[in-house]
Amino acid sequence: MTERLDGPQTPRGDGDVARGASPGPDETPQPPTATHPALEDVATGQDGTTDSTTAAATSAGPPALATGPAAPKAGYSGSGNLGPSPKVAVFFLLPAFVLLGAWMVYPIIFSLVRSLYDAGGGTFVGVDNYAAIFTDSATLTTIRNNLIWVVVAPSLVTVLGLLFAVLTERVRWATAFKLVVFMPMAVSLLASGVIFRLVYEQDPDRGVANAIITSVHDVFASSSGYPGARPRENDQAPAVADKGTVVTRQPVQAGGQVLIPLVGLKTEALPSGAAAAKEASAAPGELSGTVWLDFTPGGGTVNKIDGTEKGMPDVTVEAVAGGAVKATTTTAADGTFHFTGLPAGSYQVRLPQENFAQPFSGATWLGPTLITPAIIGAFIWVWAGFAMVLIAAGLSAIPRDALEAARIDGATEWQVFRRITIPLLSPVLLVVLVTMIINTLKVFDLVFIIAPGSVQPQANVIALEMWRVSFGGGGNQGLGSALAIFLLVLVLPFMAINIRRFRREQA
Amino acid sequence: MRVKTTAVVAGLMLAAAACGGQSNDTGSSPSASAGGSSAPAAKPLEGTTLEVAAKWTGDEQKNFQKVLDAFQEKTGAKVTYASTGEDTGAYLGPRIQGGNPPDVAILPQPGLVQQYADQNALKPLSTEVQAQIDQNYTPYWKELGSAGGQVYGVLVKAAHKSLIWYRQPAFDDAGAQPATTWDDLIGKTAQSLADSGTAPFALCAASGWTLTDLFENVYLSSAGPENYDKLSKHEIPWTDPSVTTALEKIAQIFGKKEFMVGGPSGALQTDFPTCVTQVYGDKKAAMVIEADFVAVSAVQSGAKVGEDAKIMPFPPAGDTPPVVLGGDVAVAMKDSKGAMALLEYLASAEGGSVWAKSPGYLSPNRNVSPDNYPDALTKQLAQTIISAGEAVRYDMSDLAPSAFGGTDGKGEWKHLQDFLRDPKDVKGIQEKLEADAAKAWKK
Repeated sequence: MTERLDGPQTPRGDGDVARGASPGPDETPQPPTATHPALEDVATGQDGTTDSTTAAATSAGPPALATGPAAPKAGYSGSGNLGPSPKVAVFFLLPAFVLLGAWMVYPIIFSLVRSLYDAGGGTFVGVDNYAAIFTDSATLTTIRNNLIWVVVAPSLVTVLGLLFAVLTERVRWATAFKLVVFMPMAVSLLASGVIFRLVYEQDPDRGVANAIITSVHDVFASSSGYPGARPRENDQAPAVADKGTVVTRQPVQAGGQVLIPLVGLKTEALPSGAAAAKEASAAPGELSGTVWLDFTPGGGTVNKIDGTEKGMPDVTVEAVAGGAVKATTTTAADGTFHFTGLPAGSYQVRLPQENFAQPFSGATWLGPTLITPAIIGAFIWVWAGFAMVLIAAGLSAIPRDALEAARIDGATEWQVFRRITIPLLSPVLLVVLVTMIINTLKVFDLVFIIAPGSVQPQANVIALEMWRVSFGGGGNQGLGSALAIFLLVLVLPFMAINIRRFRREQA
Repeated sequence: MRVKTTAVVAGLMLAAAACGGQSNDTGSSPSASAGGSSAPAAKPLEGTTLEVAAKWTGDEQKNFQKVLDAFQEKTGAKVTYASTGEDTGAYLGPRIQGGNPPDVAILPQPGLVQQYADQNALKPLSTEVQAQIDQNYTPYWKELGSAGGQVYGVLVKAAHKSLIWYRQPAFDDAGAQPATTWDDLIGKTAQSLADSGTAPFALCAASGWTLTDLFENVYLSSAGPENYDKLSKHEIPWTDPSVTTALEKIAQIFGKKEFMVGGPSGALQTDFPTCVTQVYGDKKAAMVIEADFVAVSAVQSGAKVGEDAKIMPFPPAGDTPPVVLGGDVAVAMKDSKGAMALLEYLASAEGGSVWAKSPGYLSPNRNVSPDNYPDALTKQLAQTIISAGEAVRYDMSDLAPSAFGGTDGKGEWKHLQDFLRDPKDVKGIQEKLEADAAKAWKK
């Protein structure tokens, strides 16, 4: 609007010569406005034409302007409408109507009708399918998940896009950076899903996410010990598992000896320094024993130290009496340990839990709890670039003088960003946000591919449930249609926002 | 569903099917016409064209094409092959509704026979085809291909689901022996493997159907074939004590985290071919409980079938040694002479023998000689099917409505996965199974 208002002023300001030569410009807009008061657009359009014509053709101006509004008037004989005749209009609109009707309106109406029938399509069931949506706990989970998606994903994508756009504006490598961030858009969602399925693998050797987490973790806490080692599960074993620790079944007197056979570990997993296990030498007043790997490939005697079985070095051993730890020691290379100078009495020998701590293996991304955040992460990876490009385009259209003025007035960069940039960008941000909301409501492929079968129920979203119920085994297209209509109802308000915004921009 | 691939592949297949995945073998048509011109008299179907739709792709498609080529050679008919993708129902449904079904379709589940028969989309088999079935199959299979007293389908390809694959070197290390009873499997074989530091089982719990296969074997052997048939038809509820027994037996594996790679949480993230890799590729586990088609993935992981990759029959958890089969049923969707001729050929010992010479195929046809199979292992499998005779049962989950027995994240798949997550709650799982089963059978 501003350009149009500014427009006519220019010729008026410096076009004294033009006005003198042809007195038209000031009056010429009047006749069309008078004859067609309904069409202001045409009037302003005429205004625009006046600018150029008057500047270029000083003498030929008035006749050209006169024929302009006169010509349509002759062609459409006073209908008051500048457009083509209704017949022609219908002819031109027909293809669009047919396509819209066949591909949009008819399917929607058909789904609506179909949603009122049962699985077979033969029996009218009224709103039963809709009732089923809100009573079935599995479907309620999908609605809850969609809610999480809509709240979290679009705003994160927008915020990240904004950050990238604002930061790259000042970077020398902006184009390269933007290209990299935008790259995921070139990958299909299906392929992105496959990529992230691998990224989120539990095994740090396969999944990048856990590889990073475990490497960082291992810098601060080195894992050692014998994960998975445990006593045999039978009544004769001299040691038993007890809440993660291993304790001797019978109390031992000071001066006695114990055997603690462990299994569940590969021989290769022992440190290279491990020597063949042997029974601890007895000494008076000394509690001693052996911790060893009681497994000989292909046999060996249970609970006895066989020739080839190796001791487990560096295992922490505690002597416990009355619930308190009285002494602590560690095993030697041959698995033997000695407590010297223990007061007489009966003790329980305990191998504390830290000996058997499982190595830290990262987060269970594909488990029931983290699956939705994990998939949202993949979604952000795909769409952040798109948001960034849109916002960057909006950013470059912001009038620099406003920012300059604010800076001259002493605003900090944060204030400029918060009070000037964001308000000026808000139309673009809204576009991105609304587009993303619609995208998240219909999210399907990422969930379908990233979530393993066992956590599909926990990761499920409405669009996926709709497909699964109708085609993917469920075979109930009545319920599927009801879900489709429900999804449509959810999307409609955001569509309306988008359309209203378009209208406002055009106005 | 014999080879249920991962969701990812299913998605890709779906896309491929949507793009019109119709692939006719261009190489075979000239040879067929050339053959036709040389000896027209011997070929009754000269000039007939047929379309057959099945879900096979890649090598399986090539092997099936060999059978089709032999049929073309014999009859002079021209057969084109269309791939349905992984979701046969989604491919055939629109074509049936559009009035343009293929002449012959090969359905991955007998349940679809009933479904399409209800829609009047199938043509009853001609007497010639039925004669072949009577001659070559036990009555159980005839009944399986029937709906409403009419015979519509013939089982053309079988999968043997009562197997445990193991890795011989892991057994050697642990001094473990293949088990002959369930109690041996748990108490001796698995326990000694676990003691040696190798996880006994690699469970493919992210693929729910592997858990239903496990359940079916345990149930068939502990509850017997009669109960198996009743539960298949939902004539006894899932809260039945026989189900409790079977689930408690399964809990002997599920309840011990050292019995599976990665514990329950890891197993639930592992889908089907990955667990085979865990056994033969990564060497993290010793056994995988799945069907004959494990061989494909085992070979891909670098194992030699018969040397380090061996099989043991599923050890019975009761009185019946279980033989559970999966398989594909061929049906006619158009009443054409060519369609019946092709079905007759597929049901015959002749057609089965041609097919049997390709790897990865197992025939349920008792007159296909085991000598036709290319390797000793398949021979052995074919022998068990033939000798089990009447006691063989079809995969229960594939007989159920797919909303219960064949959908990711729903019904039996979901509840058995939940059972793996919490194996103590047998009663609760049974109630949930029953609730979903009741819903699915009501429809």
